[in-house]
Amino acid sequence: MRIGLVCPYAWDVPGGVQQHVGDLAEALTGMGHEVSVLAPVGDAGTAVLPDHLVPAGRPVPVPYNGSVARLSFGPRTATRVRRWISEGGFDVLHVHEPSAPSVSLLACWAADGPLVATFHTSNPRSRAMAASSRALRSATEKINGRIAVSEAARRTLVEHVGGDAVLIPNGVAVRAFEHADPLPGWPGEGGSLGFLGRLDEPRKGLAVLLDAFALMAPARPGLRLLVAGPGDREAALAGVPAGLRERVVPLGRLDDADKARAYRSADVFCAPNLGGESFGIVLTEAMASGAAIVASDIPAFSAVLEGGDAGDLFSAGDPADLAERAGALLDDPERRRALSAAARRAVRAYDWETVAADVVHVYETVLAGQGTGDGRRPGVRLDTGPRATALLRRGSV
Amino acid sequence: MVAWAVLALALFGFYLSWRATRLHRLHHRVDVARAGLEGALARRRSAVLALAGAGCVPRAGARALEEAVAAAGEAGERRLDLAESRLSRVLRDVVEEAGPGGAASAPPVRAEVEAAAKGVHIARTFYNDAVSDTRRARRSRIVRVFRLAGTAPLPDYFEIDDRPPRTAPPAARPDTL
Repeated sequence: MRIGLVCPYAWDVPGGVQQHVGDLAEALTGMGHEVSVLAPVGDAGTAVLPDHLVPAGRPVPVPYNGSVARLSFGPRTATRVRRWISEGGFDVLHVHEPSAPSVSLLACWAADGPLVATFHTSNPRSRAMAASSRALRSATEKINGRIAVSEAARRTLVEHVGGDAVLIPNGVAVRAFEHADPLPGWPGEGGSLGFLGRLDEPRKGLAVLLDAFALMAPARPGLRLLVAGPGDREAALAGVPAGLRERVVPLGRLDDADKARAYRSADVFCAPNLGGESFGIVLTEAMASGAAIVASDIPAFSAVLEGGDAGDLFSAGDPADLAERAGALLDDPERRRALSAAARRAVRAYDWETVAADVVHVYETVLAGQGTGDGRRPGVRLDTGPRATALLRRGSV
Repeated sequence: MVAWAVLALALFGFYLSWRATRLHRLHHRVDVARAGLEGALARRRSAVLALAGAGCVPRAGARALEEAVAAAGEAGERRLDLAESRLSRVLRDVVEEAGPGGAASAPPVRAEVEAAAKGVHIARTFYNDAVSDTRRARRSRIVRVFRLAGTAPLPDYFEIDDRPPRTAPPAARPDTL
C-alpha cells in the first residue's frame, strides 16, 4: 500500500504527535508499505530528517489549544501540499490532528479519495476545536475513517465535532526499551525512586513526588530520587528540604537511549501526574522497560495499568499515599518482580507492531468500499472543487 | 446595477454548486461506507462458518454459530441488525467459553474470526460516522430550501451489538520474565 502521512506540527521540535507519526511511519515501512510523511520543518539544514519525510514549509509559532504550536499555513504551503498529493500516487491519505490550522487541514481540503484522520487532542473545553468545528466542516466531512488515540480523545471529538471514531491507542516501541540496562551507579544500595517528565509542568506532578520523598527520606537514609526531564531544575527542586537536596539527582533532558535506561535505573518508577493525560506515553515506556511502577489513579493510567495489576495505583495528588505505596514496594522485591513481569505482559497490547496492524485494518476497511458508484481510478487525487453538474444531478449518487 | 446583480447571482450560483458538491460527496461517502460494512459482515459470516467447521469448538457451539450465520444471511434489510447482533452474542459465548488457550488451540481460523469481528466494529463506526455527517448536512436550511439532496434517501444508522469476543492477552516471552 502507498500511504501518505501528514503531521501538522514542526518535525524538528519534539512532541507527542510528531513521535507518533514517526513511529507509525517506521512500523508501516517495516510491514512492507510505502510511506511518505509531510510535515513542516523549521531548520531543514540542522535536523536529521528520515528519507520518507517531505518538508511542507517553514513553521510559525501560533498559540493553539492552550500552548504554542509550531504550524505551517498559507498559499505557499498549500501549493506544496497539493503537489505532494498529486505526485504521491497514494492509496490512502492519513492526516493527524486535522482541526489544527496547519498542513493536515490543507491536505483535507486539497485531497479527494480515501482519507483517514487521527485525533490526539483530549481537552473537554477545547475552545479551538469547538469554534473551528463548524468552519472546518468542509474539510472534516471528507474523512472516511476517524481514529482516536484514547477514550478521552474520542469523547472530545464526539462532543466538539460530532460523529464517531474507533479507538486505537498510541504505540510504544517495546523493542527499544525491553533490553535497557540501568545507568551506572543506579539503582544503588539504599533504594531509589524514579521520575521522568517536564520538571516545570505542574500537571506532571513532580511536586507530589518531592513531597512524598520528603516523607520517606528520614526513615530511609540511603534512599535517592532520580529526576529526568527538561525544565528549570532550580525552580522545580526549590521545595526540597536542604538536608535532602543532594539525594535528589536531576539528570536533565536525556537522549532516547539514556531515557530507556533511566526507566530501569530506579527500584520504583513513579508517575504522579495530576490529570490532563489522555494516554501516558511515559507510563507505557516504563512498562516496556520492565519497571515496577507506582502511578496516580487517573482514568488513563488506571486503564493502561489494568486497574492496578500491572503497576500500583495511588490516590492522585496525595503525597502520603504515594509515600506509603512506594515504601511498601521498596520493601518487597518479590512484588516488584511480579509487577515488572505483569507490566511487560500488559504493554504488548501497545506495541507499535500491534497498533500499526490495527491502523492497517482501518485503511483496509476504508478502501474496501471504494469504487462503489463512480467508476474512477481508486486512490487519492486532487479535489477538483465545486462542480456545477452537482446541481443538475442532485441526489443521484 | 445590473452588473452587480449578475455578479451576486453568479457568486450565489457558485456557492450553491459548492454546497451541492459537498452533499454529493457525503452521499457517496455513505455508499462507500455501506459497501465496506456489508463486506465486513460477509467476511465475519464466512470466518465464523470456517471456525464452526474446523472442529476446535464444542459441537453444540458450532451448531449455534452455523444457525446464527444462516439467520443473518437470510435476514432482510429490516431485521439485519437483530440477526447480526445475535451472531455477535453467540460468537462471544462460544469463543470465550472455549478459553484463551495457547498457540495449539488458536489456529488461523480463530485469528481470522477475531480480525473479522474487529473489522465489523470498525466498518460500522465509519458508516455511522458518515450517516451522522450526512444527516447533519441535510438539516441545513439552504439544503432544504433549494432541495440540494434531490431524491437521495436519508441514510439510516446501523445500530448493532458488535463487541468482538475478548481476546487473551498475548503471552509474555519467557526471556522477558
